[in-house]
Amino acid sequence: MAADSETLDTVQALTQSGYKWGFETTIEMDLAPKGLNEDIIRLISERKEEPAWMLEWRLKAYAAWLTMEEPDWARVEHPRIDYQDLHYYAAPKKKAGPRSLDEVDPELLLMYEKLGIPLKERAILAGVEPDPDERPQIAVDAVFDSVSVATTFRETLKKAGVIFCPISEAVRDYPDLVRQYLGTVVPIADNFFSALNSAVFTDGSFVYIPPGVRCPMELSTYFRINARNTGQFERTLIIADAGSHVSYLEGCTAPQRDENQLHAAVVELVAHDDARIKYSTVQNWYPGDANGRGGIYNFVTKRGACRGARSKISWTQVETGSAITWKYPSCVLIGEDSVGEFYSVAVTNNHQQADTGTKMIHIGKGTTSTIVSKGISAGHSNNTYRGLVRIAPSATGARNHTQCDSLLIGDQSGAHTVPYIESRNPTAKVEHEATTSKIAEDQLFYCRQRGLSEEDAVNLIVNGFCKDVLKELPMEFAVEAQKLLAVSLEGSVG
Amino acid sequence: MLEIKDLRASIGEKPILKGIDLTVPSGEVHAIMGPNGSGKSTLGYVLSGREDYTVTAGTVTFNGADVLAMTPEARAAAGVFLAFQAPVELPGVNNANFLRTALNAIRRAHGESELDAIQFLKLARAETKRLSMPDDMLKRNVNVGFSGGEKKRNEVLQMAILRPKLAILDETDSGLDIDALRIVADGVNALRGPDFSALVITHHQRLLDHLVPNRVHVLAGGRIIRSGGPELALELERRGYTDIMAEAA
Repeated sequence: MAADSETLDTVQALTQSGYKWGFETTIEMDLAPKGLNEDIIRLISERKEEPAWMLEWRLKAYAAWLTMEEPDWARVEHPRIDYQDLHYYAAPKKKAGPRSLDEVDPELLLMYEKLGIPLKERAILAGVEPDPDERPQIAVDAVFDSVSVATTFRETLKKAGVIFCPISEAVRDYPDLVRQYLGTVVPIADNFFSALNSAVFTDGSFVYIPPGVRCPMELSTYFRINARNTGQFERTLIIADAGSHVSYLEGCTAPQRDENQLHAAVVELVAHDDARIKYSTVQNWYPGDANGRGGIYNFVTKRGACRGARSKISWTQVETGSAITWKYPSCVLIGEDSVGEFYSVAVTNNHQQADTGTKMIHIGKGTTSTIVSKGISAGHSNNTYRGLVRIAPSATGARNHTQCDSLLIGDQSGAHTVPYIESRNPTAKVEHEATTSKIAEDQLFYCRQRGLSEEDAVNLIVNGFCKDVLKELPMEFAVEAQKLLAVSLEGSVG
Repeated sequence: MLEIKDLRASIGEKPILKGIDLTVPSGEVHAIMGPNGSGKSTLGYVLSGREDYTVTAGTVTFNGADVLAMTPEARAAAGVFLAFQAPVELPGVNNANFLRTALNAIRRAHGESELDAIQFLKLARAETKRLSMPDDMLKRNVNVGFSGGEKKRNEVLQMAILRPKLAILDETDSGLDIDALRIVADGVNALRGPDFSALVITHHQRLLDHLVPNRVHVLAGGRIIRSGGPELALELERRGYTDIMAEAA
């Protein structure tokens, strides 16, 4: 046996110690009975103390969902999902929405500490000189199963006029804003999963940045699925009013379980004139074990609307987790000269499947979009880039550049690129470049000859391959993402 | 000390090295010369552990350790360095980051503390300066967009920073102008000392003007057919390989 495949075998046997976020938190839960029907939806709405319009909206979505079929065009395979075998509401037993951190279950605080999520606001108020080496401050909304358990720095943000709160609270406290925007970017019946989400969404974050305000700190939401047989359906709505700027980060993990769990989120972004939204994701749901058992099904609809002139929405994602990823963060470029960007690294290992990409819909004059997608496939995994660039007849002078690169590790993995380009305006300029490469034997040998282990060599080469995307992430996230790439590819050398 | 005994190696079914015997005592620099296809590069690859080659017989020890039993990275940690004839490009990987990762891997293997970015840059800048290379060499991606000469110089820079105990230079002088040639020679000469040995694979006597070897070996058909002092290189330059191979046959 060649030393090479021997290494592969040994290393593969050692894998799967990899997912260090796989622990479970024991906490008393308020769990809705399994299954989905109008009563469950009423129960969710009641638990959230929602106004009547919200319940009507949910029921309308449910009715639409009943008429829809699960999409089957993605290059992913999984056993039929039994939507009646899931819990649609799970919350730590305690009255919803604690007002301060002191009210949060210490068991939960401990869990977030273990995950490295700062839920304690730093003692900056006490007049202590900030330590220059200290991590920059980030406001966090922590969503645990179906509810938001804590949102930090709300007072600081409020002073700047920024609203950052769980969406369940926004429905009650800012109903006009929510009604004005909810479902306007991703309509209820946009697709099967968005309809499901609209019917049963439980929590998520709501952000409103008033005109001309630059959000004073990074905002972030941290999603954790903990309960067994529970779907997580979060809903995020971010509105950047004219001339405002905001950078938002999203992270997620789940315990290691043998069965699959469903995560079907909807994210809507709205950018008005000259507004900028930067949305970064480090997706690290449990990917399943080396044999493809367990893991999260991540069926997510993310879309941003650049409604104002010169507005800009930028999606950056590092996707390393989930058994199946079905996700296409998109931009609808309506405002003149508005800009859409999509930077993505998607890593699949073992038996993971990812079908991910973006849609750039050019409607306004002079709109531009950039797509940089880096797919890395190892093990027996399949990684598909699926992207649509559509230029409407009205989009005079629109431009798009797409760079789509795939890297294969080993000889059992697959990389697929499915670009759709529809241009209905003769002045538009659309460019698409794609490459597929393997980590070459001579690159590995070169690194090892210099003293790097095989794993370190793969990490170095992969990080180099992803550099164009990683540099788009906020500094702190970039470091985390690099470490995550290393863990995800552990044992993938072949 | 490097001791090679009856080393035989093949690629696929094809034997390339057919019984090499060679001893390089510590502190010495030996030149390997020979016609194209004689197995010179293969010798370099086999000594550094490239997996495309199968060693069918023989032993290699370096300072008493069984080299053939070691992984490529373990050999690197033991001080073996190969300057590649065709250095490999690593897109997106910054040269400084690459070298620091390599140096720290070797330092770790020796139980030494790792260098942080600032300590490393200080060391690396000193070496680039000493070798009269521009600082931006460290900032660029490993060998990407480098000219042939720059790639070779980058190999010398890596050698200077990693400070190997056994350097194997595979035609590092090929395609270099006189100034660059001097950089290669200076790079090796700076490392010369009682704990350093080198195998310098070259086609050209002119490198050996700057880098006077203790011994010169002629490799042909997978065997060393003649060994001698520095004067052997001059004789080869004058007479060509054909005569010498005919004599040895």
